[in-house]
Amino acid sequence: MTKRFALGIFDDEDVLLHAIENIRAAGVKIHDVFSPFPVHGIDDALGIDRSRLPIAAFFYGLCGLSFALWLQIYMLGFDWPMIIGGKPHIALPAFIPVSFELTVLFTCHGMAITFFIITKMYPKPKVNVMDVRSTDDKFVVAIELQDGKTDFGQLTQLLRSNGASEVNEKEMTQK
Amino acid sequence: MQHVSPVREPLVTGGKTYHDITQDVCRQVEAKPNIRWMAALSVALFFLGIFLYSVYRTLWFGIGEWGLNKTVGWAWDITNFVWWVGIGHAGTLISAVLLLFRQKWRSSINRAAEAMTIFAVICAAMFPVLHMGRPWLAYWVFPLQNTFGSLWVNFNSPLLWDVFAISTYFSVSLVFWYIGLIPDFATIRDRAKGPIAKVAYAMLSMNWRGSAKAWSRYETVSLILAGVSTPLVLSVHTIVSMDFATSVVPGWHTTIFPPYFVAGAIFSGFAMVLTLMLITRVVFKLEDYITLEHIALMNKIMMITGSIVGVAYITEFFIAWYSQVEFEQYAFINRATGPYWWAYWSMMTCNVITPQLVWIRRVRYSIPLTFVLSIIVNIGMWFERFVIIVTSLHRDYLPSSWAMFSPSIIDIGIYVGTLGLFFTLFLLFAKFFPVINMAEVKTIRKYTVDNGPTYTGHHEHHTSTHQPATIGVPASAPVNYNKHD
Repeated sequence: MTKRFALGIFDDEDVLLHAIENIRAAGVKIHDVFSPFPVHGIDDALGIDRSRLPIAAFFYGLCGLSFALWLQIYMLGFDWPMIIGGKPHIALPAFIPVSFELTVLFTCHGMAITFFIITKMYPKPKVNVMDVRSTDDKFVVAIELQDGKTDFGQLTQLLRSNGASEVNEKEMTQK
Repeated sequence: MQHVSPVREPLVTGGKTYHDITQDVCRQVEAKPNIRWMAALSVALFFLGIFLYSVYRTLWFGIGEWGLNKTVGWAWDITNFVWWVGIGHAGTLISAVLLLFRQKWRSSINRAAEAMTIFAVICAAMFPVLHMGRPWLAYWVFPLQNTFGSLWVNFNSPLLWDVFAISTYFSVSLVFWYIGLIPDFATIRDRAKGPIAKVAYAMLSMNWRGSAKAWSRYETVSLILAGVSTPLVLSVHTIVSMDFATSVVPGWHTTIFPPYFVAGAIFSGFAMVLTLMLITRVVFKLEDYITLEHIALMNKIMMITGSIVGVAYITEFFIAWYSQVEFEQYAFINRATGPYWWAYWSMMTCNVITPQLVWIRRVRYSIPLTFVLSIIVNIGMWFERFVIIVTSLHRDYLPSSWAMFSPSIIDIGIYVGTLGLFFTLFLLFAKFFPVINMAEVKTIRKYTVDNGPTYTGHHEHHTSTHQPATIGVPASAPVNYNKHD
């Protein structure tokens, strides 16, 4: 589906942050903001909720820990019990290192995979970007232009008055 | 937000703009390889050839190609393994521990340091695998049922803990490094001219477009990865030290080993980071990003961990005497005065005495002296592992089996060969990947080049007397977007 966007290009992240607040205060919905690096304070300015990834990470870690303990207790305690170095079959202190490592392993990979899925990241031979300069030195505010609802001229004025160095119109075939 | 310090040096010098940062870092990736890079790669490939030949000899003729004997059954292989793993630790330390401690100076060195970690762990992994003698059966170390029955691996053994620790460490470091690279790959993708580069960097950048929500999640992921990597670094070298400490060999059976090994790892790791950074900054003209201040800070960490290692050496002697165990006492007297006295005193000189020169400001800020010092420390740390392993093994409880160890040509070949492998990988990395984390350096530019950020929605109380005019403007005030202050 083709959508049209008004792109406000900003040169400075501090100007950008004030502009986002003013644009939102003017009742205009911002589609997305693209920046070459994480701008601190943008979450609050855009109203992005705190990520729940840390909660996911905790549960991945818990899975890793349970798996590690099950693995060791089942293998050495039940499936093939052997006394090694005079230790009991289920020698919990000796199981700590492997349990810790698997907790970290599950947390890290689980979270990384979740991050890729929720952020829709996957290898793609051609990536459509709003403005190629947004990965170099420009900050791009994208506002969707809905036919009959939003006026490009008014948006240009709003963006300009809030410090945008240029305002462009762009059509994007997907999202 | 942070205030501008009147006492701290800027982290990025030369008044760089965001675009300058992109240009400076991408220049190396986009330009044709220069002569110096080609020459360095040729040397590295030559040593890689030595490595491949030595590995072929080891696999074809067996471990008998090495200088091991019935008393010293572990020598250069485990020495090199511990040395390489130790070198790897500084990378994770810079990227994880310094991130948690909010040390902004890490930004310009973390990428290369993380790459160093990955390559050092690859080199380290070669030794236990080759030491198996039959590496094609290496999968036996994983908890798979034994081919001959239902016997499982022994979870009570520190050697098995090593398998889990090193493989977890390697894969976590790789993920951490790769996630950090994604935004920079996107930058290169959007600048790429050639068709191959366009597709290759597009694939590597994983559809990254730098949207605000993606950045927010990205930072959360980085922080949690740093949080889990920090104890991971400590656990890996602790477990490596347990390979020794859980045995009953005099000189190994000590409780000080875990912290002592971790300190040694950071010590040698920072030395290697310094060696690489000093070369990288000159070859790629990155003096504005890796400044003298960075070098001095790394020198300080090296000196502190070197001193911890020094204290550990002395503690070992004290405990040998205090425990009144004659075997322990003999082991330590033998280290300092026995047939391997030269290795012991090389270690002492390189690791304890020379790093103390860093107390002198002129040494700390001197590039040639730092370079020499970093190489001395790496040599010293190699000797440390050699001393611990060989001097403890060559005279054990039974005098009739006492023996001396001398390395075979293949032992030496594999060791210098891994150096070739390491530098080949590092040079390829430096050519095709951005050596400096552009996105992160851009976030710290403001703290140093300008007079700090002007957005003050959540700013803290400023104590600096050096306040720029724009700081302190409330968020509701009219925007001064012309910013010519």
